[in-house]
Amino acid sequence: MKAAKRNLPALAFLLALVMLWQLGAMELGAAYILPTPAQIAEKLWQLRVPLFTVHLPATLSVTAVGLGISLVLGLLLAVCMDASPLVRKVLYPLVVASQTIPTTAIAPLFVLWFGYGLWSKVLVTILITFFPIAITVYDGFRSASQEMAELLQSYGAGVGAVFWKVKIPCALPYFFSALKMAIPMSVIGAAIGEWLGAQRGLGYFSRRMMTQLDGAGVFAPIVLLSAAAMLCVALVSLLERRVLRWRDGG
Amino acid sequence: MLEFDHVSYQYPGEDFDIIDQLSFRAAPGSFHCILGVSGCGKSTIFRLINGQLVPKSGEIRVGGAPIGGQKRYCGYMPQKDLLFPWRTVWENVALPLEIAGCLSKAQRRDRAEQALRDVGLEGCAAKLPRELSGGMRQRAAFARTMLAGCDLLLLDEPFSALDFLTRISMQEWLLDQWQRHHKTILFITHDVEEAVFLSSSVLVAARTPIRRLEEAHVPAPFPRTRACLARPDMAALKEQLIDTLRKQVTP
Repeated sequence: MKAAKRNLPALAFLLALVMLWQLGAMELGAAYILPTPAQIAEKLWQLRVPLFTVHLPATLSVTAVGLGISLVLGLLLAVCMDASPLVRKVLYPLVVASQTIPTTAIAPLFVLWFGYGLWSKVLVTILITFFPIAITVYDGFRSASQEMAELLQSYGAGVGAVFWKVKIPCALPYFFSALKMAIPMSVIGAAIGEWLGAQRGLGYFSRRMMTQLDGAGVFAPIVLLSAAAMLCVALVSLLERRVLRWRDGG
Repeated sequence: MLEFDHVSYQYPGEDFDIIDQLSFRAAPGSFHCILGVSGCGKSTIFRLINGQLVPKSGEIRVGGAPIGGQKRYCGYMPQKDLLFPWRTVWENVALPLEIAGCLSKAQRRDRAEQALRDVGLEGCAAKLPRELSGGMRQRAAFARTMLAGCDLLLLDEPFSALDFLTRISMQEWLLDQWQRHHKTILFITHDVEEAVFLSSSVLVAARTPIRRLEEAHVPAPFPRTRACLARPDMAALKEQLIDTLRKQVTP
Protein backbone atom coordinates (compact mmCIF):
# COMPACT_ATOMS: atom_id res chain seq x y z
CA MET A 1 0.00 0.00 0.00
CA LYS A 2 2.86 2.34 1.00
CA ALA A 3 4.77 1.45 -2.17
CA ALA A 4 1.68 2.10 -4.30
CA LYS A 5 1.25 5.51 -2.67
CA ARG A 6 4.93 6.33 -3.19
CA ASN A 7 4.77 5.38 -6.88
CA LEU A 8 1.45 7.12 -7.53
CA PRO A 9 2.91 10.23 -9.27
CA ALA A 10 5.03 8.06 -11.59
CA LEU A 11 2.07 5.79 -12.38
CA ALA A 12 -0.21 8.76 -13.07
CA PHE A 13 2.41 10.26 -15.41
CA LEU A 14 2.86 6.92 -17.19
CA LEU A 15 -0.90 6.58 -17.62
CA ALA A 16 -1.07 10.11 -19.07
CA LEU A 17 1.71 9.25 -21.55
CA VAL A 18 -0.03 6.03 -22.62
CA MET A 19 -3.28 7.94 -23.14
CA LEU A 20 -1.45 10.57 -25.19
CA TRP A 21 0.12 7.79 -27.26
CA GLN A 22 -3.29 6.15 -27.75
CA LEU A 23 -4.85 9.41 -28.95
CA GLY A 24 -1.85 10.29 -31.17
CA ALA A 25 -1.75 6.84 -32.78
CA MET A 26 -5.52 6.86 -33.35
CA GLU A 27 -5.21 10.26 -34.99
CA LEU A 28 -2.33 9.05 -37.21
CA GLY A 29 -4.24 5.94 -38.17
CA ALA A 30 -1.20 3.99 -39.46
CA ALA A 31 -0.77 0.93 -37.23
CA TYR A 32 2.21 -0.35 -39.25
CA ILE A 33 4.14 2.78 -38.20
CA LEU A 34 2.71 3.58 -34.79
CA PRO A 35 0.22 1.12 -33.30
CA THR A 36 -1.93 2.16 -30.35
CA PRO A 37 -1.22 0.70 -26.89
CA ALA A 38 -4.53 -1.14 -27.13
CA GLN A 39 -3.45 -2.78 -30.42
CA ILE A 40 -0.14 -3.81 -28.83
CA ALA A 41 -1.94 -5.33 -25.83
CA GLU A 42 -4.27 -7.17 -28.23
CA LYS A 43 -1.27 -8.48 -30.20
CA LEU A 44 0.43 -9.59 -26.98
CA TRP A 45 -2.65 -11.62 -26.13
CA GLN A 46 -2.92 -13.12 -29.63
CA LEU A 47 0.74 -14.11 -29.70
CA ARG A 48 0.94 -15.15 -26.08
CA VAL A 49 1.78 -18.79 -26.82
CA PRO A 50 4.89 -18.31 -29.02
CA LEU A 51 5.99 -15.22 -27.10
CA PHE A 52 5.80 -16.76 -23.64
CA THR A 53 6.76 -20.34 -24.42
CA VAL A 54 9.46 -19.92 -27.09
CA HIS A 55 10.84 -16.41 -27.47
CA LEU A 56 10.76 -15.05 -23.90
CA PRO A 57 12.53 -18.15 -22.47
CA ALA A 58 15.13 -17.93 -25.27
CA THR A 59 15.89 -14.27 -24.51
CA LEU A 60 15.91 -14.85 -20.76
CA SER A 61 18.36 -17.74 -21.23
CA VAL A 62 20.75 -15.49 -23.15
CA THR A 63 20.30 -12.77 -20.52
CA ALA A 64 20.86 -15.11 -17.58
CA VAL A 65 23.93 -16.84 -19.07
CA GLY A 66 25.44 -13.53 -20.24
CA LEU A 67 24.77 -11.77 -16.95
CA GLY A 68 26.05 -14.74 -14.96
CA ILE A 69 29.34 -14.84 -16.88
CA SER A 70 29.64 -11.04 -16.68
CA LEU A 71 29.15 -11.20 -12.93
CA VAL A 72 31.82 -13.85 -12.44
CA LEU A 73 34.32 -12.11 -14.75
CA GLY A 74 33.48 -8.61 -13.49
CA LEU A 75 33.81 -9.55 -9.82
CA LEU A 76 37.01 -11.45 -10.48
CA LEU A 77 38.52 -8.51 -12.34
CA ALA A 78 37.41 -6.07 -9.62
CA VAL A 79 39.06 -8.24 -6.95
CA CYS A 80 42.28 -8.58 -8.97
CA MET A 81 42.46 -4.83 -9.74
CA ASP A 82 41.93 -4.04 -6.06
CA ALA A 83 44.53 -6.56 -4.93
CA SER A 84 47.23 -5.63 -7.43
CA PRO A 85 48.04 -2.13 -8.75
CA LEU A 86 49.93 -3.82 -11.60
CA VAL A 87 46.81 -5.74 -12.72
CA ARG A 88 44.82 -2.49 -12.54
CA LYS A 89 47.41 -0.63 -14.64
CA VAL A 90 47.49 -3.40 -17.26
CA LEU A 91 43.77 -4.22 -17.51
CA TYR A 92 41.93 -0.98 -16.75
CA PRO A 93 42.72 0.67 -20.13
CA LEU A 94 41.73 -2.53 -21.94
CA VAL A 95 38.41 -2.71 -20.10
CA VAL A 96 37.71 0.94 -20.94
CA ALA A 97 38.71 0.32 -24.57
CA SER A 98 36.25 -2.58 -24.76
CA GLN A 99 33.47 -0.06 -24.13
CA THR A 100 34.44 2.09 -27.09
CA ILE A 101 33.60 -0.74 -29.51
CA PRO A 102 30.17 -0.06 -31.08
CA THR A 103 28.14 -3.11 -30.07
CA THR A 104 25.93 -3.11 -33.16
CA ALA A 105 29.06 -3.13 -35.36
CA ILE A 106 30.75 -6.06 -33.65
CA ALA A 107 27.63 -8.17 -32.98
CA PRO A 108 27.35 -9.41 -36.63
CA LEU A 109 30.95 -10.61 -36.34
CA PHE A 110 30.01 -12.65 -33.28
CA VAL A 111 27.21 -14.23 -35.33
CA LEU A 112 29.77 -15.04 -38.04
CA TRP A 113 32.20 -16.54 -35.53
CA PHE A 114 29.78 -18.37 -33.26
CA GLY A 115 26.73 -18.93 -35.44
CA TYR A 116 23.05 -18.44 -34.69
CA GLY A 117 23.18 -20.29 -31.39
CA LEU A 118 23.28 -19.07 -27.83
CA TRP A 119 26.93 -17.96 -27.59
CA SER A 120 26.98 -15.14 -30.14
CA LYS A 121 24.17 -13.41 -28.19
CA VAL A 122 25.78 -14.19 -24.85
CA LEU A 123 28.99 -12.52 -26.03
CA VAL A 124 27.13 -9.33 -26.96
CA THR A 125 25.52 -9.33 -23.52
CA ILE A 126 28.89 -9.84 -21.81
CA LEU A 127 30.47 -7.04 -23.83
CA ILE A 128 27.78 -4.62 -22.68
CA THR A 129 27.48 -5.63 -18.99
CA PHE A 130 31.00 -6.64 -18.02
CA PHE A 131 32.35 -3.08 -17.76
CA PRO A 132 29.79 -1.52 -15.38
CA ILE A 133 30.01 -4.54 -13.06
CA ALA A 134 33.83 -4.60 -12.91
CA ILE A 135 34.29 -0.85 -12.51
CA THR A 136 31.45 -0.26 -10.05
CA VAL A 137 32.46 -3.14 -7.78
CA TYR A 138 36.11 -2.05 -8.00
CA ASP A 139 35.01 1.43 -6.86
CA GLY A 140 33.16 -0.30 -4.01
CA PHE A 141 36.36 -2.01 -2.87
CA ARG A 142 38.21 1.31 -3.10
CA SER A 143 35.54 2.96 -0.93
CA ALA A 144 36.29 0.58 1.96
CA SER A 145 37.36 2.45 5.06
CA GLN A 146 41.12 2.35 5.56
CA GLU A 147 40.58 3.11 9.26
CA MET A 148 38.36 0.04 9.68
CA ALA A 149 40.99 -2.08 7.96
CA GLU A 150 43.70 -0.70 10.26
CA LEU A 151 41.52 -1.38 13.30
CA LEU A 152 41.17 -5.02 12.25
CA GLN A 153 44.90 -5.24 11.60
CA SER A 154 45.52 -3.99 15.14
CA TYR A 155 43.58 -7.08 16.31
CA GLY A 156 45.90 -9.25 14.22
CA ALA A 157 43.74 -9.59 11.09
CA GLY A 158 45.41 -10.60 7.84
CA VAL A 159 44.59 -9.61 4.25
CA GLY A 160 41.83 -12.25 3.96
CA ALA A 161 40.00 -11.16 7.10
CA VAL A 162 40.14 -7.50 6.04
CA PHE A 163 38.77 -8.48 2.62
CA TRP A 164 35.80 -10.45 3.97
CA LYS A 165 34.98 -8.29 6.97
CA VAL A 166 35.54 -4.79 5.55
CA LYS A 167 35.93 -4.74 1.77
CA ILE A 168 33.07 -7.06 0.86
CA PRO A 169 30.46 -5.32 3.07
CA CYS A 170 31.62 -1.90 1.83
CA ALA A 171 31.37 -3.06 -1.80
CA LEU A 172 27.92 -4.68 -1.45
CA PRO A 173 25.87 -1.50 -2.08
CA TYR A 174 28.00 -0.88 -5.19
CA PHE A 175 27.46 -4.48 -6.29
CA PHE A 176 23.69 -4.10 -6.14
CA SER A 177 23.85 -0.80 -8.06
CA ALA A 178 25.96 -2.54 -10.71
CA LEU A 179 23.49 -5.42 -10.87
CA LYS A 180 20.51 -3.09 -11.28
CA MET A 181 22.34 -1.33 -14.08
CA ALA A 182 23.49 -4.55 -15.72
CA ILE A 183 20.08 -6.28 -15.87
CA PRO A 184 18.42 -3.89 -18.36
CA MET A 185 21.70 -3.67 -20.28
CA SER A 186 21.92 -7.45 -20.54
CA VAL A 187 18.35 -7.61 -21.85
CA ILE A 188 19.26 -4.97 -24.43
CA GLY A 189 22.42 -6.93 -25.32
CA ALA A 190 20.44 -10.14 -25.80
CA ALA A 191 17.85 -8.36 -27.96
CA ILE A 192 20.56 -6.75 -30.15
CA GLY A 193 22.21 -10.14 -30.61
CA GLU A 194 18.89 -11.74 -31.55
CA TRP A 195 17.98 -8.86 -33.85
CA LEU A 196 21.19 -9.37 -35.83
CA GLY A 197 21.05 -13.12 -36.11
CA ALA A 198 18.97 -15.73 -34.31
CA GLN A 199 16.33 -18.39 -34.76
CA ARG A 200 14.33 -17.51 -31.68
CA GLY A 201 14.08 -14.83 -29.02
CA LEU A 202 12.17 -11.59 -28.57
CA GLY A 203 14.71 -9.59 -30.63
CA TYR A 204 14.40 -12.07 -33.46
CA PHE A 205 10.59 -12.05 -33.20
CA SER A 206 10.45 -8.25 -33.29
CA ARG A 207 12.59 -8.21 -36.43
CA ARG A 208 10.40 -10.84 -38.09
CA MET A 209 7.32 -8.72 -37.40
CA MET A 210 9.14 -5.73 -38.90
CA THR A 211 9.54 -7.57 -42.22
CA GLN A 212 5.77 -8.17 -42.19
CA LEU A 213 5.11 -4.45 -41.49
CA ASP A 214 3.25 -5.50 -38.34
CA GLY A 215 3.75 -2.48 -36.05
CA ALA A 216 1.94 -4.00 -33.05
CA GLY A 217 3.91 -7.22 -33.56
CA VAL A 218 7.18 -5.24 -33.39
CA PHE A 219 6.13 -3.50 -30.20
CA ALA A 220 4.69 -6.54 -28.39
CA PRO A 221 8.06 -8.27 -27.73
CA ILE A 222 9.63 -4.92 -26.84
CA VAL A 223 6.96 -4.37 -24.17
CA LEU A 224 7.57 -7.88 -22.91
CA LEU A 225 11.35 -7.24 -22.77
CA SER A 226 10.85 -4.06 -20.75
CA ALA A 227 8.46 -5.80 -18.38
CA ALA A 228 10.89 -8.69 -17.85
CA ALA A 229 13.79 -6.29 -17.15
CA MET A 230 11.68 -4.21 -14.73
CA LEU A 231 10.55 -7.34 -12.90
CA CYS A 232 14.15 -8.55 -12.51
CA VAL A 233 15.30 -5.11 -11.27
CA ALA A 234 12.41 -5.07 -8.79
CA LEU A 235 13.42 -8.51 -7.48
CA VAL A 236 17.04 -7.39 -7.09
CA SER A 237 15.86 -4.22 -5.28
CA LEU A 238 13.87 -6.40 -2.91
CA LEU A 239 16.92 -8.57 -2.24
CA GLU A 240 19.06 -5.44 -1.80
CA ARG A 241 16.70 -4.07 0.86
CA ARG A 242 16.89 -7.36 2.75
CA VAL A 243 20.67 -7.72 2.52
CA LEU A 244 21.49 -4.04 3.17
CA ARG A 245 19.02 -3.65 6.02
CA TRP A 246 21.68 -1.83 8.07
CA ARG A 247 21.56 1.22 5.80
CA ASP A 248 19.43 4.18 6.81
CA GLY A 249 15.88 3.65 5.63
CA GLY A 250 16.80 0.11 4.63
CA MET B 1 54.68 -1.94 30.55
CA LEU B 2 55.54 0.33 27.58
CA GLU B 3 58.99 1.62 26.70
CA PHE B 4 60.07 3.90 23.85
CA ASP B 5 63.81 3.67 23.39
CA HIS B 6 65.27 6.36 21.10
CA VAL B 7 62.54 5.89 18.51
CA SER B 8 62.58 7.92 15.28
CA TYR B 9 60.06 8.00 12.48
CA GLN B 10 59.93 9.91 9.22
CA TYR B 11 56.85 10.00 6.97
CA PRO B 12 57.54 9.22 3.31
CA GLY B 13 57.91 12.47 1.39
CA GLU B 14 58.89 14.49 4.50
CA ASP B 15 62.44 15.72 5.00
CA PHE B 16 62.47 15.53 8.81
CA ASP B 17 61.76 12.96 11.53
CA ILE B 18 58.40 13.80 13.10
CA ILE B 19 59.43 11.54 16.01
CA ASP B 20 63.11 12.14 16.72
CA GLN B 21 65.01 9.90 19.17
CA LEU B 22 62.01 9.81 21.50
CA SER B 23 62.28 7.87 24.76
CA PHE B 24 59.64 7.52 27.45
CA ARG B 25 57.98 4.78 29.50
CA ALA B 26 54.58 4.04 31.00
CA ALA B 27 54.40 1.89 34.14
CA PRO B 28 51.89 -0.99 34.44
CA GLY B 29 48.46 0.22 35.54
CA SER B 30 49.23 3.89 34.90
CA PHE B 31 46.97 6.35 33.08
CA HIS B 32 48.90 8.83 30.94
CA CYS B 33 47.44 11.48 28.71
CA ILE B 34 49.55 12.60 25.78
CA LEU B 35 48.78 16.26 25.27
CA GLY B 36 49.67 18.34 22.25
CA VAL B 37 48.18 20.61 19.62
CA SER B 38 46.58 19.10 16.53
CA GLY B 39 49.03 17.77 13.97
CA CYS B 40 52.04 17.67 16.31
CA GLY B 41 52.53 13.91 15.87
CA LYS B 42 50.65 12.46 18.87
CA SER B 43 48.74 9.91 16.79
CA THR B 44 51.99 8.89 15.08
CA ILE B 45 53.18 7.65 18.48
CA PHE B 46 50.10 5.38 18.69
CA ARG B 47 50.50 4.16 15.13
CA LEU B 48 54.07 3.23 15.97
CA ILE B 49 52.98 1.37 19.09
CA ASN B 50 50.24 -0.62 17.38
CA GLY B 51 52.51 -1.56 14.49
CA GLN B 52 50.77 0.38 11.72
CA LEU B 53 54.01 2.34 11.28
CA VAL B 54 57.51 0.94 11.61
CA PRO B 55 60.17 3.08 13.33
CA LYS B 56 63.16 4.24 11.31
CA SER B 57 65.34 3.54 14.33
CA GLY B 58 65.04 2.71 18.01
CA GLU B 59 62.94 0.10 19.73
CA ILE B 60 59.46 -0.07 21.24
CA ARG B 61 58.90 -2.66 23.98
CA VAL B 62 55.66 -3.81 25.55
CA GLY B 63 55.86 -6.02 28.63
CA GLY B 64 59.64 -6.02 28.27
CA ALA B 65 59.64 -7.55 24.77
CA PRO B 66 60.04 -5.78 21.41
CA ILE B 67 56.66 -5.35 19.66
CA GLY B 68 58.05 -6.82 16.43
CA GLY B 69 57.75 -10.34 17.77
CA GLN B 70 54.33 -9.89 19.42
CA LYS B 71 50.71 -10.10 18.33
CA ARG B 72 47.68 -8.60 20.12
CA TYR B 73 49.69 -6.70 22.71
CA CYS B 74 47.59 -3.51 22.70
CA GLY B 75 43.97 -2.51 22.31
CA TYR B 76 43.49 0.48 20.04
CA MET B 77 40.47 2.80 20.12
CA PRO B 78 40.57 5.50 17.44
CA GLN B 79 38.88 8.90 17.45
CA LYS B 80 35.90 7.66 15.47
CA ASP B 81 34.08 4.75 17.09
CA LEU B 82 34.52 2.75 13.85
CA LEU B 83 31.62 0.44 14.62
CA PHE B 84 30.87 -1.48 11.44
CA PRO B 85 27.38 -0.33 10.44
CA TRP B 86 26.45 -3.71 8.91
CA ARG B 87 27.13 -5.61 12.14
CA THR B 88 25.02 -5.65 15.25
CA VAL B 89 26.50 -4.15 18.39
CA TRP B 90 27.53 -7.53 19.83
CA GLU B 91 29.08 -8.61 16.52
CA ASN B 92 31.12 -5.39 16.55
CA VAL B 93 32.20 -5.87 20.14
CA ALA B 94 33.21 -9.47 19.48
CA LEU B 95 35.41 -8.57 16.48
CA PRO B 96 38.76 -9.02 18.30
CA LEU B 97 37.63 -12.49 19.45
CA GLU B 98 36.46 -13.34 15.94
CA ILE B 99 39.85 -12.35 14.50
CA ALA B 100 41.66 -14.36 17.19
CA GLY B 101 39.50 -17.33 16.09
CA CYS B 102 39.68 -19.16 19.39
CA LEU B 103 36.02 -19.18 20.47
CA SER B 104 32.74 -20.48 19.05
CA LYS B 105 30.07 -18.02 17.96
CA ALA B 106 27.98 -18.71 21.07
CA GLN B 107 31.00 -18.16 23.32
CA ARG B 108 31.85 -14.94 21.50
CA ARG B 109 28.31 -13.70 21.95
CA ASP B 110 28.42 -14.49 25.68
CA ARG B 111 31.69 -12.61 26.11
CA ALA B 112 30.43 -9.66 24.06
CA GLU B 113 27.19 -9.44 26.07
CA GLN B 114 29.21 -9.54 29.29
CA ALA B 115 31.46 -6.74 28.01
CA LEU B 116 28.37 -4.74 27.01
CA ARG B 117 26.91 -5.20 30.50
CA ASP B 118 30.21 -3.92 31.93
CA VAL B 119 29.89 -0.69 29.97
CA GLY B 120 26.20 -0.25 30.78
CA LEU B 121 24.87 -1.33 27.40
CA GLU B 122 22.83 -4.36 28.41
CA GLY B 123 19.93 -4.84 26.02
CA CYS B 124 21.80 -3.26 23.10
CA ALA B 125 23.52 -6.41 21.82
CA ALA B 126 21.15 -7.05 18.92
CA LYS B 127 20.84 -3.40 17.88
CA LEU B 128 22.61 -1.84 14.93
CA PRO B 129 25.18 0.90 15.65
CA ARG B 130 22.96 3.56 14.07
CA GLU B 131 20.39 2.91 16.79
CA LEU B 132 22.86 4.06 19.51
CA SER B 133 23.68 7.61 20.65
CA GLY B 134 27.22 9.00 20.33
CA GLY B 135 28.12 8.18 23.94
CA MET B 136 26.70 4.67 23.69
CA ARG B 137 28.66 4.06 20.50
CA GLN B 138 31.88 5.12 22.23
CA ARG B 139 31.13 2.78 25.13
CA ALA B 140 30.52 -0.07 22.68
CA ALA B 141 33.83 0.77 20.99
CA PHE B 142 35.50 0.70 24.41
CA ALA B 143 33.94 -2.70 25.15
CA ARG B 144 35.41 -3.92 21.84
CA THR B 145 38.84 -2.54 22.82
CA MET B 146 38.59 -4.32 26.19
CA LEU B 147 37.79 -7.62 24.46
CA ALA B 148 41.09 -7.40 22.62
CA GLY B 149 42.29 -8.74 25.99
CA CYS B 150 45.38 -6.54 26.19
CA ASP B 151 46.75 -4.82 29.27
CA LEU B 152 47.83 -1.80 27.26
CA LEU B 153 45.05 0.40 25.84
CA LEU B 154 45.67 3.20 23.35
CA LEU B 155 42.78 5.66 23.26
CA ASP B 156 43.12 8.28 20.52
CA GLU B 157 40.86 11.28 21.32
CA PRO B 158 37.89 8.96 21.80
CA PHE B 159 35.58 11.64 23.23
CA SER B 160 36.50 14.58 21.01
CA ALA B 161 33.40 14.24 18.80
CA LEU B 162 30.95 14.15 21.73
CA ASP B 163 28.98 17.07 23.14
CA PHE B 164 30.26 18.62 26.37
CA LEU B 165 27.92 16.89 28.84
CA THR B 166 28.32 13.47 27.25
CA ARG B 167 32.07 13.98 27.15
CA ILE B 168 32.42 14.72 30.87
CA SER B 169 30.19 11.80 31.84
CA MET B 170 32.26 9.53 29.57
CA GLN B 171 35.45 10.79 31.24
CA GLU B 172 34.08 9.86 34.67
CA TRP B 173 32.93 6.52 33.32
CA LEU B 174 36.38 5.83 31.81
CA LEU B 175 38.14 6.53 35.12
CA ASP B 176 35.79 4.07 36.79
CA GLN B 177 36.55 1.43 34.14
CA TRP B 178 40.32 2.00 34.53
CA GLN B 179 40.16 1.58 38.30
CA ARG B 180 38.13 -1.62 37.97
CA HIS B 181 40.21 -3.30 35.26
CA HIS B 182 43.73 -2.07 36.16
CA LYS B 183 44.74 -1.53 32.55
CA THR B 184 47.61 0.67 31.40
CA ILE B 185 46.06 3.50 29.43
CA LEU B 186 47.62 5.99 27.05
CA PHE B 187 45.06 8.61 26.10
CA ILE B 188 45.67 11.21 23.40
CA THR B 189 43.90 14.55 23.75
CA HIS B 190 44.35 18.23 22.98
CA ASP B 191 41.94 19.20 25.77
CA VAL B 192 43.98 20.30 28.81
CA GLU B 193 41.13 19.87 31.31
CA GLU B 194 40.43 16.35 30.04
CA ALA B 195 44.14 15.46 30.37
CA VAL B 196 44.37 16.81 33.90
CA PHE B 197 41.15 15.18 35.07
CA LEU B 198 41.92 11.72 33.69
CA SER B 199 45.59 11.00 34.07
CA SER B 200 48.10 10.20 36.77
CA SER B 201 50.60 12.20 34.74
CA VAL B 202 50.38 14.22 31.56
CA LEU B 203 52.96 13.74 28.82
CA VAL B 204 53.24 16.95 26.81
CA ALA B 205 54.37 16.91 23.21
CA ALA B 206 55.65 20.46 23.45
CA ARG B 207 57.09 20.81 19.96
CA THR B 208 57.34 19.13 16.58
CA PRO B 209 59.42 17.11 15.85
CA ILE B 210 58.72 15.27 19.10
CA ARG B 211 62.08 14.71 20.80
CA ARG B 212 60.76 14.33 24.33
CA LEU B 213 57.50 14.22 26.21
CA GLU B 214 57.56 16.57 29.18
CA GLU B 215 55.95 14.77 32.10
CA ALA B 216 53.73 16.71 34.49
CA HIS B 217 52.50 14.81 37.55
CA VAL B 218 48.83 15.37 38.38
CA PRO B 219 48.53 16.07 42.15
CA ALA B 220 44.90 14.99 42.77
CA PRO B 221 44.56 11.43 44.11
CA PHE B 222 42.21 8.72 42.73
CA PRO B 223 39.28 8.18 42.83
CA ARG B 224 38.50 11.59 41.44
CA THR B 225 35.42 13.68 40.92
CA ARG B 226 35.19 16.80 38.80
CA ALA B 227 35.40 18.83 42.01
CA CYS B 228 39.14 18.09 42.07
CA LEU B 229 39.57 20.39 39.08
CA ALA B 230 38.81 23.33 41.39
CA ARG B 231 41.84 22.59 43.61
CA PRO B 232 44.47 25.35 43.39
CA ASP B 233 47.27 22.93 42.48
CA MET B 234 45.12 21.43 39.70
CA ALA B 235 44.23 24.90 38.39
CA ALA B 236 47.91 25.84 38.47
CA LEU B 237 48.83 22.70 36.52
CA LYS B 238 46.18 23.52 33.93
CA GLU B 239 47.59 27.02 33.47
CA GLN B 240 51.11 25.64 33.22
CA LEU B 241 50.06 23.16 30.51
CA ILE B 242 48.13 25.80 28.59
CA ASP B 243 51.24 28.04 28.65
CA THR B 244 53.36 25.18 27.32
CA LEU B 245 50.92 24.52 24.45
CA ARG B 246 50.63 28.24 23.66
CA LYS B 247 54.39 28.43 23.17
CA GLN B 248 54.02 25.68 20.58
CA VAL B 249 51.43 27.49 18.46
CA THR B 250 52.90 31.02 18.86
CA PRO B 251 55.34 31.69 16.01
